[in-house]
Amino acid sequence: MGRLFAVVVTVITLLSVSFFVMHTWWMPVDISTTGPAIDHQLEETMTGSGLLFLGGQLLLGLFVWQSSDKNPARKIKIFPGGANPLVAAAIILVGIEILTLTFVGSKAWAAVNLVPAAADSLHIDVQAEQFAFYFRYAGPDGQFGGLHPDKIDDGSGNYFGLDPANDVAARDDVVVGSLVIPVNRPILLTLHSKDVGHSFYVPELRIQQDFVPGIEIPVHFTATQTGKFEIVCTQLCGLGHYNMKAYLQVMSEADYEQWLKGQEGQ
Amino acid sequence: MHETSASHAAHQHTAPTSFIRKHVFSLDHKVIGKQYYDLALVAVFIGMGLSWLMRIHLGWPAWPIPLLDKLSAVGAPGGVMTPEYYLSLMTMHGTIMVFFVLTNAPFSAFGNYFLPIQIGAEDMAFPRFNMMSFWTIFVAFIVMMTAFFVTDGPPIAGWTSYAPLSAVGGDAGPGMRLGQTLWAVSIAIFCISSLLGALNFIATTLDLRTKGMSLARMPLSTWAWFVTAVIALLAFAALLPATILLILDRTAGTSFFIPAGLVLSDKLQPHSGGSPLLWQHLFWFFGHPEVYIAILPSIGIVSHIIPVFARKPLLGPRAAIGCIMATGFLSYMVWGHHMFVSGMSPFSANLFSVPTLFITIPMTILTLLLIGSVYGAKMRFTAASLFCLGFISVFISGGISGFFLAQPSIDIYLHATYFVVAHFHFVMAVASIFGVFAGTYFWFPKMFGRMMNEGLGKLHFWLTFIGVYCVFMPMHYLGLAGNVRRYSAFTDDYLIPLIPVHKFITVAALLTGAAQFIFLFNLIWSRFKGPIASENPWEATTLEWSTTSPPPFDNFGGRHMVVYHGADEYGVQSSDGKDYIMQTSPEKVPAR
Amino acid sequence: MRMKFFAALALTVAMGSALMVFATPPPAGSGSITGKVTYTGTPMKMKPIDMSKEPSCAKQHATPITTENVATGPGNTLQWVVVYISAGDEGTTTASQGVRYDQKGCQYLPHVLTMLAGQQLQIYNDDQTSHNIHPLAKVNQEWNKSQPPGSPPIDTKWDKPEFIAVKCNIHPWMHGYFAVLKTSHVSITGEDGTFDIKGLSPGKYTVTAWQEQYGTKTQDVTVGAGAATANFVFTATPY
Repeated sequence: MGRLFAVVVTVITLLSVSFFVMHTWWMPVDISTTGPAIDHQLEETMTGSGLLFLGGQLLLGLFVWQSSDKNPARKIKIFPGGANPLVAAAIILVGIEILTLTFVGSKAWAAVNLVPAAADSLHIDVQAEQFAFYFRYAGPDGQFGGLHPDKIDDGSGNYFGLDPANDVAARDDVVVGSLVIPVNRPILLTLHSKDVGHSFYVPELRIQQDFVPGIEIPVHFTATQTGKFEIVCTQLCGLGHYNMKAYLQVMSEADYEQWLKGQEGQ
Repeated sequence: MHETSASHAAHQHTAPTSFIRKHVFSLDHKVIGKQYYDLALVAVFIGMGLSWLMRIHLGWPAWPIPLLDKLSAVGAPGGVMTPEYYLSLMTMHGTIMVFFVLTNAPFSAFGNYFLPIQIGAEDMAFPRFNMMSFWTIFVAFIVMMTAFFVTDGPPIAGWTSYAPLSAVGGDAGPGMRLGQTLWAVSIAIFCISSLLGALNFIATTLDLRTKGMSLARMPLSTWAWFVTAVIALLAFAALLPATILLILDRTAGTSFFIPAGLVLSDKLQPHSGGSPLLWQHLFWFFGHPEVYIAILPSIGIVSHIIPVFARKPLLGPRAAIGCIMATGFLSYMVWGHHMFVSGMSPFSANLFSVPTLFITIPMTILTLLLIGSVYGAKMRFTAASLFCLGFISVFISGGISGFFLAQPSIDIYLHATYFVVAHFHFVMAVASIFGVFAGTYFWFPKMFGRMMNEGLGKLHFWLTFIGVYCVFMPMHYLGLAGNVRRYSAFTDDYLIPLIPVHKFITVAALLTGAAQFIFLFNLIWSRFKGPIASENPWEATTLEWSTTSPPPFDNFGGRHMVVYHGADEYGVQSSDGKDYIMQTSPEKVPAR
Repeated sequence: MRMKFFAALALTVAMGSALMVFATPPPAGSGSITGKVTYTGTPMKMKPIDMSKEPSCAKQHATPITTENVATGPGNTLQWVVVYISAGDEGTTTASQGVRYDQKGCQYLPHVLTMLAGQQLQIYNDDQTSHNIHPLAKVNQEWNKSQPPGSPPIDTKWDKPEFIAVKCNIHPWMHGYFAVLKTSHVSITGEDGTFDIKGLSPGKYTVTAWQEQYGTKTQDVTVGAGAATANFVFTATPY
């Protein structure tokens, strides 16, 4: 029975690890400037903790195999040196792992979160609601209109609660259902929620940020590749949570300008 | 401890005779322990049934599930689950499993039954409180189940019930009317019960230890229950006010968790001034320690059982106790790692990341001590010992993924994906349940005076062990590919290619779930038909094995136990030719 | 056997004719009120709807559909205005048939649906996605129900007269109205802004026009044997 256990644990372990090693299912390609550091961090963690996983499971398998020896003459043995070498091993191995991860990891984290958005960032407002994202560009005047929750009216397409009757800055605001951005230009999003908690997740950007009602949360990034990607909601927001998404379209600067002109015309 | 023994001799009580006082409103910690166990058993099969329904829906969304429309005609018209009904089932699955199974079974059930016996006490310190805590939890369970039968069904906000989704009422969606209120009321009642129970565990451990039972001689299981009780006392003390505030927001028009200017169902909500983050902080200040409330008792149970079947002492029991305490302490400093994407200051994220990573040190030590205890053993392979070994394996698997989630930069990619689902199911749910299985196979003879069927027990182990890996290991891959959790269907372009993996998981989950009926059958059949158990069938040393199976009403039949040794005197030559020395044996322990 | 068959046949025929009698509307007048609904000023723009998040719906529309809360036509006409008799002969107050409402291409069809209080209403989901229809009733009981693709129609009715805004809890742009009335004398303006309330017996009537953004306007009309005319003009603002 012990040998069977050892074999099963070993097979499970190797099988599990092989799918990680082969990248059978893996992260999508990264399209952000901060992504490579995060990917590197993840690879590092994968190697370190993968070795701990392999070591732990295989050691367990080995000891169980040995302990199933039915020889009646065999005497029980205590682990050489008692608990101390294991405690020391745990502190040293895991300690090194933790220090490395904290040291390297906080750099990756700092690159994403502690560096302020570039001054020339393109500002885009994001409104999340049950169950869609809407995006707002300042329009030709470069000014965002104020937000008035009492003016929100989905039926007439006023998802942000603009008040164009009294607020001149709001009249030319462009509100669309897709996030269209130019490539290689710093983007600064301001996240608002109309109703409950939502989250802005683009796997390709390696970004996930909650919308917290009542708080405006900034997110900044720079996309390095053109293409069409999905923005999905990752914070449980109600029955249509699974269906809450929008597309991120990264375009060349020229295509973007043309697209924006077209929107402003409407 | 002399005074203690004398004092509980004085309040020695006599066994009740009426059926109600014996089996229903009993003051006997053993009956209450079994009541907790049975409640957890009912809850776990309901929870598992819900996970079956969810998995079927995720694999084959359009497939009408027979009889489901009978449970809820609105939630599943024609048997096809609506998106909100999926979320309702998911919320109830999480809530039932975390609260009524993972908190109840390893801690309240086994703790109630065995903590007093293992320290040589006749009962808990406060038997009436003890009875009250079970019956309050029973009420909490009934209130929670009622949510299935209200008009628009159970809540859909998940077991974490984030505000304002959970706080604004019916405008937030189906299930958010009465269902969500019932949820909050049930959890509040649950908190009261847990606080009473925790106080009782602490008082009992500190005050009622028999002569010679120093803290250092307590079995690891008792240590774990004791530390868990301390954690629970603080954790539920945070959740109770949080749920009360939530109930007030929902019913009394307060705005603790609701800011101004929210528009739901085209209606401007009449609230202002609250903070959704307040709920997250209060909830996770409970929620993270709750993970340890679920897992520490199982670690204790496994550390208690492994030496019995390895026939050698646990490696470094003092280090193990130190690790359990360190984990309990650290568990209060890490709640923020659930909130890395909540918009918290990037500096606080670092602050929460470091202690989170540090928790892996005591946990790794504990794991290595368990593995080291297997080294050089003469292992007796029983269902109980197999589940202990399985526990070590799944605990490693679940712990390792913690390295990823503890780091904010990686967590922002993996947060709210199936990677997290895999992580907490392995480390908290499966590991904890393996501890409960091990405890059940180990203690059943003591609790019911009959042996369980070993063959069925081993079959149950193999199916479950392989099954849980088939269910939860692929979820890591899904998470790496960015598969978001809590989705009732996968309609996003990048998720569609992952659906075959979900189908595989569904099949594995159905089979693994089916294997649990072997356990249920074994449990029920053995209660009535199992071979009669002797006083000490596993040749174990601790006090519960120094009394009859099952123990008499006052646990030791009027004897006052005196303890001479620690819990792990295995692998020694006793004077009567055995390889172990009971804690109650005055014999000197020879050198190994 | 044969006797039984004939008996059954006779019974069926009898019941059928009885139903015919009941189903035939009571003799109606030959009068009618026709007219046109227009606006002055600048109405708000109809905005294109981006439904890219729901590809199965987006592909059903070659050009994006627009918001319909102020639907205008050439010549300053207003579409989707409900014109009905609010006082005077109200015609039938019970309906023999139900009405049908569709969710198709992530749009409510028709945008405004009139029905009698108590009339059967069947709501279909013709899409390959789930909808959650949410009539925001204030006088009647508010509810919302999910319909996964392929699920049976929702069978319901409204007890009291009310203009009920309808939204989809899954697709926020989906927007429509139920006009629940106590009169069967009703007409909805088309794109050309015209309406035609038929079957009126001669007499005095109060006619009400309701537009979802601009509210109601009423006027008194006297109907003779032929067609009487009533025009409505709403004042539009750009925002």
